[in-house]
Amino acid sequence: MTVKLKKTVLNILFYTVVTMLAAVFIAPIIIVLYNSFKGRLYISSSPFSLPGAESFLGIQNYITGINRTGFFKAFGYSLFITVASVFVIVLFCSMAAWYLVRQRGKLTNGIYYAFIFSMIVPFQMVMFTMSKVANIISLDNPLGIVVIYLGFGSGLSVFMFYGFAKSIPMEIEEAATIDGCGPVSMFFKVILPMLRPMATTVAILNAMWIWNDYLLPYLVIGNNYRTIPIAVQYLEGGYGSRDIGALMALLVISIIPIIVFYLVSQKQIIKGVAAGAVKG
Amino acid sequence: MGKHPKNYFPKKYFLIFLLPTLVAFAVSFVIPFLLGIYLSFTEFTTVTNGRWVGIQNYIYAFSEGRGFIDALLFTVRFTIVSTVTVNVIAFFLALALTRGKRGTNFFRTVFFMPNLIGGIVLGYIWQLIINGVLSYFGVDITYSAEYGFWGLIILTNWQLIGYMMVIYIAGINNIPDEIVEAAKIDGASPIGMLRYITIPTVMPSVTICLFLTITNSFKMFDQNLALTGGAPGRESSMLALDIYKTFYGRVGEEGVGQAKAVVFSVIVALIAFLQLRLTDRNKKDGKKK
Repeated sequence: MTVKLKKTVLNILFYTVVTMLAAVFIAPIIIVLYNSFKGRLYISSSPFSLPGAESFLGIQNYITGINRTGFFKAFGYSLFITVASVFVIVLFCSMAAWYLVRQRGKLTNGIYYAFIFSMIVPFQMVMFTMSKVANIISLDNPLGIVVIYLGFGSGLSVFMFYGFAKSIPMEIEEAATIDGCGPVSMFFKVILPMLRPMATTVAILNAMWIWNDYLLPYLVIGNNYRTIPIAVQYLEGGYGSRDIGALMALLVISIIPIIVFYLVSQKQIIKGVAAGAVKG
Repeated sequence: MGKHPKNYFPKKYFLIFLLPTLVAFAVSFVIPFLLGIYLSFTEFTTVTNGRWVGIQNYIYAFSEGRGFIDALLFTVRFTIVSTVTVNVIAFFLALALTRGKRGTNFFRTVFFMPNLIGGIVLGYIWQLIINGVLSYFGVDITYSAEYGFWGLIILTNWQLIGYMMVIYIAGINNIPDEIVEAAKIDGASPIGMLRYITIPTVMPSVTICLFLTITNSFKMFDQNLALTGGAPGRESSMLALDIYKTFYGRVGEEGVGQAKAVVFSVIVALIAFLQLRLTDRNKKDGKKK
């Protein structure tokens, strides 16, 4: 009886503490959500009260926020840059990693270590020179920035593919060669399908990074093309009066795609992030 | 090993397989990196007009009133506090959520979610909340660097606890059931289990989480920019923001910014090197057993 009682008490304790913590985790987003329907003066004067008859503004903040920043365009740029970069990174980095695994030599080892080294170097080290170089060779547009993301993403991605490709037995490739497979068709028919679990992880990690990245696109294409994080920062840091209502609305519509994506594929995301952390 | 045929690929395949990545890597990383080291010893406004000034930029960077030392101290203090708080909370959450209770999946989903939101958006979410609380005292987050500091700590905890929790959960789930059963039969107390079984076996996860939190905190930029922008003055600037402001704040200080960036990189590289050594030692210890 006492054991049972102890268990019940522990259970109640567990659920109280964890539920309270979960509430703390969700609360900021809920607060931003209901503030996005309030007039801006009411947001600054009483940020925690729910919208009332006076303070309720309908979707006016959303209209202002979207118009001022060109949000739909920003969404389009973010989507294009993220999808194109992730595709290019997964394809070319898996090819490069397989080549480096199978063609061991002083040169290829050196290249591999250069990739690893680049993971350590903080972005501030290269931000100024990189954005100037990108400008000089005309990579300062949504297509060109894909090349830059391939360069910056290659460190982690090649490293992760390399570790995985090493475990592919040579016998499989030898058999494929005997069957008349050339390197290119071998890669697409044999190697890439085997690398698939790792490709998912690499794609998720890079997508999360690129979608949320602010400073790199700001420095490279920020003057002409705004991605979502740039649009948010532009609204707040730009000239003119501060419109906290529009900011709240913009925060909400920037979070919605992320939450939808997360709820749809959370298993892969959590698995990918955990795997990525263990490797890196 | 060494079994592969020497010319596994005809040379022309070098082009198809390695070249695209290599070219992109050279353009966006290797060339800017080398150029950056060179330019840190020059005075420049664009990358092509550097004038050699020796180590003057480094001397400037470290002299008083340049903000670098302050930003360094702020960053180190921030990193220590956030690393401890994030990991302690995440570890106990992971323990609580690995007991097979109902609803744990839902809680994991909730705790991990903030990790997916970008730093700029995170910064503005917390600016609203923190300014809302501080408004009862008639101030806001830019009133004092201490407010900015603790604001950043709260934000970082919110962002990283779920991430670290997921890694700790993976570590705890890796503990073999037989060991747990055996310990229970031997009459181990819950604290004894934690002390002698859970903590030693999740040690690799602890190393990973500690360094992930350290590097994430040390390199933090977006959150800092959005939450306080360094205000008041530059007092709540961390290293990355201080370097950014040196580059783009005043014309003519680019060289100093680049020198600061080199020092920043050296510190980050030292942390990474330390991690590598520790992980290697962990692996060797594991093998001995």
